[in-house]
Parts: sequence; C-alpha cells; structure tokens
Amino acid sequence: MVGTKKGAFILTSDGKRKDWKVSGPFFAGWEIYHLKGSPVDPNRLYASQSNSWFGQLIQRSDDGGVTWSPMGNKFSYDGVPGTHQWYDGTPHPWEFKRVWHLEPSLTDPETVYAGVEDAALFKSTDGGANWSELAGLRGHGSGPHWQPGAGGMCLHTVILDRADPGRMYIAISAAGAFRTDDAGTTWKPINKGLVSGMMPDPTAEVGHCVHHVAMHPARPDVLFMQKHWDVMRSDDAGDNWREVSGNLPTDFGFAIDVHAHEPETLYVVPIKSDSEHFPLDGKLQVWRSRTGGNEWEPLTAGLPQQNCYVNVLRDAMSVDTLDECGIYFGTSGGQVYASPDAGDTWAPIVRDLPAVMSVEVQTLP
Amino acid sequence: MIRVVLPQHLRTLAGVGAETLLEISAPVTMRRVLDAIETGYPMLRGTIREYSTGQRRAFLRFFVCEEDWSHEPLDKELPPPVAEGREPLLIIGAIAGGLPAC
Repeated sequence: MVGTKKGAFILTSDGKRKDWKVSGPFFAGWEIYHLKGSPVDPNRLYASQSNSWFGQLIQRSDDGGVTWSPMGNKFSYDGVPGTHQWYDGTPHPWEFKRVWHLEPSLTDPETVYAGVEDAALFKSTDGGANWSELAGLRGHGSGPHWQPGAGGMCLHTVILDRADPGRMYIAISAAGAFRTDDAGTTWKPINKGLVSGMMPDPTAEVGHCVHHVAMHPARPDVLFMQKHWDVMRSDDAGDNWREVSGNLPTDFGFAIDVHAHEPETLYVVPIKSDSEHFPLDGKLQVWRSRTGGNEWEPLTAGLPQQNCYVNVLRDAMSVDTLDECGIYFGTSGGQVYASPDAGDTWAPIVRDLPAVMSVEVQTLP
Repeated sequence: MIRVVLPQHLRTLAGVGAETLLEISAPVTMRRVLDAIETGYPMLRGTIREYSTGQRRAFLRFFVCEEDWSHEPLDKELPPPVAEGREPLLIIGAIAGGLPAC
C-alpha cells in the first residue's frame, strides 16, 4: 500500500513477488500521508487523505481497498491547546494540520491511533468515526518546549507492543521519542543517550529530531532509531540509547526497519545530509546490518548507482512476513522498489508514481 | 432550490455532479447554505469550514453573482438570483497551496 502526494496505490503480487498488479490512484489528487491495514482484519484499511485546500479526511475500507468510505475527520485537541515553540523559539498556538500516521490496533479492527501535526496522538474505537486525543502526551510537562522540524511538528511514529497492551512508543519531530506504559494516560520522554549537536543542550530531555523508530514485534524492548543524524539502538525500551551508525557512509536518513524474522537485521537508506536530501554520490543504496547495528553492508543490486537524487521518507519502507523476508521502499521520485530476498537484490515495482510518502505491506494468507 | 457549484475534489468526495441542489427556506444566508451542505453531505464537514473555528478554509473562496463573498458576514442574506436558484453559488479552490517537505 503506497501513499503518495497525489493519491494512494495498492500493489499486489503473489509470494514470488516478481509480477505485480497496480491498482489506483485512489483519492486521486490528494496527499495520502499514510495508509495501513488492521493486523486482525486484513480487509480493514485506514487511509489519511489531506490537502491544503480541504484539510484532513480519514478513509476506511472494509474490503481490502476495493471501496472506501470517508470517516470522521474531527481532530480536536483536548481542552485549551496552549502553545509550543515556533521555529524562532517564540510561543505558537497548537493547530491541527494533518494526520501523518495511522496505526491500527493489534487486537481490535475498530481501534486505530492517529499521529498528527501539530504533534498529538488521537484514538478511535469505532473504526475511525470519532477521535479523541490521548492528551497525556501533549500534556507532558515538556509540551510547551516542543518545536517543529523542517516538515512541521509531526507525530509520525506509533509503535504498539503485542506483549504489553499498555505499552506504546511514539516519536515526534522535533521533540523526541516517548513511551507510555499505561495505554496512553501518562508518557515519559525516552531520549537519554541521544546527542543532537544543533541543539543548545545536545543531550536535553526533549528537542531531538527523531525521524523514525522501528521495533521487531518479538523483541519489544529493543528499538532502533533513525535520528536526524545518527542511527541509534536501545535495549531497554528506550530508557537508554547508544549509537550504532558504525561504518555507514552517512548516518543521516529517514527510513529504518527490521527484518521480519531476524531481530538483529535492520535496514536504513543513508541520505547525504540535512541540507541535501538525496543519496551520496547519486547512488541509491540500502544498508543492512545483520548485527543489530555498527557493522553495515551496502545493498545495491538492482538499485540505480548513478545520477539518482531521490529521497526516501520515514514511513516509506516496510517489510513483509513471508519466509524469505521482502523489503520495500518508495522514493520521492515515484519509484517503489522491492527485494524478495531480504535486500540482496532489488527491482522496481513501479517507476513513475507521484512522490511516495509511505509504504506499508500486508502479507495475506 | 439553491444551486451550489463545489470544487471538483469535493464533488468527487460527496458523489455529486456539477451542481448540488439544496432546499433552503428563507432567509437564505451563506451560513444556512453551508449548514445544509454539511447536513446533506456529512463527508464534507471540515472541508469547507474549519472544525476548530467554523471559519472558511483559507484556500477557498465564495462567489455570488460574480462578486467575492468570501469575507461577507455569514448571516447576510444572499441576493435573489442565488436565493431563488437562478444563479449558482460558487465555492472555488484558490490556485495556490502547496506543502512543505516532509
């Protein structure tokens, strides 16, 4: 499932992952920041549809993406929203702009979480018809000090823990990562060990530009993070982080993900820098670590190794759960690449979609 | 009947054609037209008026009898050609917009 700047697309294949059928565009002309299916009901899909003219819509499909229905789109902050910091450090009122990420519940298809800009977490328990804020996050004492990253002050990552229904991780650019252990009532910043040189206090409790966080479902205490700069790892549910950038040619990037069956195998797409959002030397490379970080290898077979100046955004990489794990990512140039062999070889599924904002995979029986 | 011309994206969303017909008793005001749109087509709630403020979204304009009514009071009565259905009310998306990089 591919969200792009001009609509959504569904790419379908069998287990060989060689021949693909492309459906779409759905919601043609709209920005689809994210769409994702319920793990317990694969026919239940949720999509975030928005643009600058008409605002935010939430779409739901109950038939695997064949038909869609608009759901509730009222995202009202709880109470008086207050202020966060603007780019120049002045107070700025909290204003809802869009939904960046939709995370369906692991157990209930009617329950889904929405990470939004300006940063907050919303929850629906009626299939997206109504939304209420989990205000304990924004109400954390640090809220007035949060500041937007270049793309806005977005809550872009929501990770649920199958082993502990009360535990959830979220990440915000540029506030950092947070964890709840009581299903969203209270939240704790989990940014110890992050070092962000551009901040007045590089090790502050909040303010870090976390780009994405990934977790293997079988090891919920181990987290991997692509920060603005630095690839990080935590072995204690985010309480402490250490850098595992190792031999990466650049440790700036957005996307990070974990192999479906090998919890120590992870993938990143190194991007040159925060001022040059494209691969180093025009060579699009996924880098894989089979050691949980630090030792990395470039994966280049089938990827363009010259004149490639695309970006890969934070939600634009995903993995399937077939025996031989498939890896997928989409680019700002509209290509979606697939590797059916855990990254060893790659081929484009499509080359000319609108700029890709998100890629999610459903592995159907 | 009041005739309303919606932007193409909203027509698609609401599943309506070039014009949307609304039954609105007098007095016909912009607020009552918008209320009728949102009642008849709930999927359009929040797309023309902001939820949080009830105000017209910034990139939309209202045109009535070739005049820009975007900044007129919402409770001002619409002119007879629109109130009597001889002329459509136009809701138009600005040729603007865009999005910062994400």
